Amino acid sequence: MTNFISRSRSHRLSFRRLSSYSARFYSLSTSIVLATPLIAALAIGFLYPVLKLFALSFSGGTLAYYRRIVAEPLHLAVLTGTVQVALVVTVASLLLGFPVAYLMARLSKGPATVVAACVFIPLWTSVLIRSYAWVTLLQRNGIINELLIDTGVTDGPLKLIYTQSAVILAMTHVLMPFMILPIYSALRALPADYVRAARNLGAGSLRAFVAVTLPLSLPGVFAGSVMCFVLALGFYITPALVGGPGSMLMATLIGQQTTVLLDWPFAAALSTVLLAVTLLFVLLFRRTLSLSKGLNSVY
Amino acid sequence: MFAVRELSLDIAAGEFVSLLGPSGSGKTTVLTMVAGFDAPSVGRIVIGGRDVTRLAPNHRNIGMVFQKYALFPHLTIRQNIAFPLKMRGKSQKAATSRRVDEMLELIQLSGYAERYPNQLSGGQQQRVAVARALAFEPPVLLMDEPLGALDKKLREVMQFEIKRLQERLGVTVVYVTHDQDEALTMSDRVAIMCNGRLMQCGTPAELYRQPSSEFVADFIGRMNFIDGDCLDSKGGKTIVRLSEGSVLNLRSVGNDRDCRCAPGKALRVAIRPERIRLVRRGQGGAEAFPGVVDASVFVGSTYIVVVRLADRPEASLHVQIAADGFIPFQRNDNVDVLLDEEAVHVFPLVERCAA
Repeated sequence: MTNFISRSRSHRLSFRRLSSYSARFYSLSTSIVLATPLIAALAIGFLYPVLKLFALSFSGGTLAYYRRIVAEPLHLAVLTGTVQVALVVTVASLLLGFPVAYLMARLSKGPATVVAACVFIPLWTSVLIRSYAWVTLLQRNGIINELLIDTGVTDGPLKLIYTQSAVILAMTHVLMPFMILPIYSALRALPADYVRAARNLGAGSLRAFVAVTLPLSLPGVFAGSVMCFVLALGFYITPALVGGPGSMLMATLIGQQTTVLLDWPFAAALSTVLLAVTLLFVLLFRRTLSLSKGLNSVY
Repeated sequence: MFAVRELSLDIAAGEFVSLLGPSGSGKTTVLTMVAGFDAPSVGRIVIGGRDVTRLAPNHRNIGMVFQKYALFPHLTIRQNIAFPLKMRGKSQKAATSRRVDEMLELIQLSGYAERYPNQLSGGQQQRVAVARALAFEPPVLLMDEPLGALDKKLREVMQFEIKRLQERLGVTVVYVTHDQDEALTMSDRVAIMCNGRLMQCGTPAELYRQPSSEFVADFIGRMNFIDGDCLDSKGGKTIVRLSEGSVLNLRSVGNDRDCRCAPGKALRVAIRPERIRLVRRGQGGAEAFPGVVDASVFVGSTYIVVVRLADRPEASLHVQIAADGFIPFQRNDNVDVLLDEEAVHVFPLVERCAA
């Protein structure tokens, strides 16, 4: 008996002045140490070159290169054309991507996997390969033209490639996964009870979608749109391959300046303008999102 | 695989009926079928004389409170409560607004109309969910474990609140819960489900006093079970042998014994802890069973004394004794166990429903 008591004493558990940091977060000093490599990488790999580029665009201490952009209508046309193409691609990705994301979120497991594969496999394939795939499809004696001639829709081959439409088509295809995935994750995170509640309260399936599913998926829509738009603004490979001289985009123009004309300061000025436009649109998107207070409270 | 099998239930207008059962018993499936989210493969659902079995959920005119409330997070409290009115499109803006104010007053949240659901506490959200489900004056309100996410204290307050609203508005409520206290305190009738089947439906008192099956007897409240054999049964009189030396002479009542007992059949005898009396050994008379106290536990208003029968040590009985300020019995005390005959139930010995 005495032995038992002494044993239980030695196993006594006691708490004195117990305190704890939240188990969910690292302490401030640990956080700083862990974030340092990333900040360093960002500084060396992004901030420094961008600043260098920025400085380069003012070389000679003048605004001459920026004046050249404004003075030459072609340059402005390329800029507005780029923004236009990016907008069209974003809207097209949204219109085509939303139903796909909705299907992925709603289908039962097997079919949903098939749809997901259709989204992911292109995403895992090189952009170069996918762009060349569009070349083989769209070129003068490509698959689509052959099909059109064989079925007698047209007599001669149509000019499909090296057009603005070809650029938009191929870019939409390449960028659509970036639209689908955020929307899909927003829809998946939506409890099924919201739609059930809407149906129960008297909404038909379409009204339930418009009143509940759609607004609650907007954060995903915004995320996808920003991603698509920003990527489209700076897209290089696809427009270079399927686009023609008439459908030149900013990235192609900048590439031309650096590789062909070797006019680095002017390329730097163009890049700075593109970067500024991109930032402007991102801020605009964010502002729109933060305006809807209800959504803010959800996510 | 059936989620629900052969369930028939008639609910009177204005009645509060709970579906009670362990998880997986099919009670939520019944609710989703009534709401129209699941279609029954066989059978009909009739509300107020109207067959709604094949009707879309939005045409059923049934209110529903979801387990996690399902308040629309992107809409204010006002917009949430106005949602069903807007969907019906009948009432005008002013009328809708008036109705929302009425509902907010009813749930005592008048100052919260312009807030968003996540700015409210769990109990407040729960009340808003009820108000939204009642705003369009549905004749029937379905509630799927509406208090499951709240803590115990708040749950008791809300039980009272829901009951008050229900009585005031005269709405018929079908309430799903796995909490028997909740079901027993709120309901006019309780339907007990197990494995997709309706085991018994009755008032809380009926279920407690006259359980029709061993499952119900075990599920509602505390119950002692002892296995025995039927020695004889005729004319309402039943003799059950519990062990070599102890025989239980049941003269009448309890549950309907005649049809269950045939001589030689294995039985399970059931009795509530508060219907057993303990006295010192030798004071119990001829009807008593000798026993030994195993433990005596103070649980607040009562003591629970655990007794083993002297000649069947594997059978232990829980006895509930009012706490009068002294410890009635102690471990290893020799006692006589007296069973209140009217409260003894006898069930055929079969496999139990998995709980």
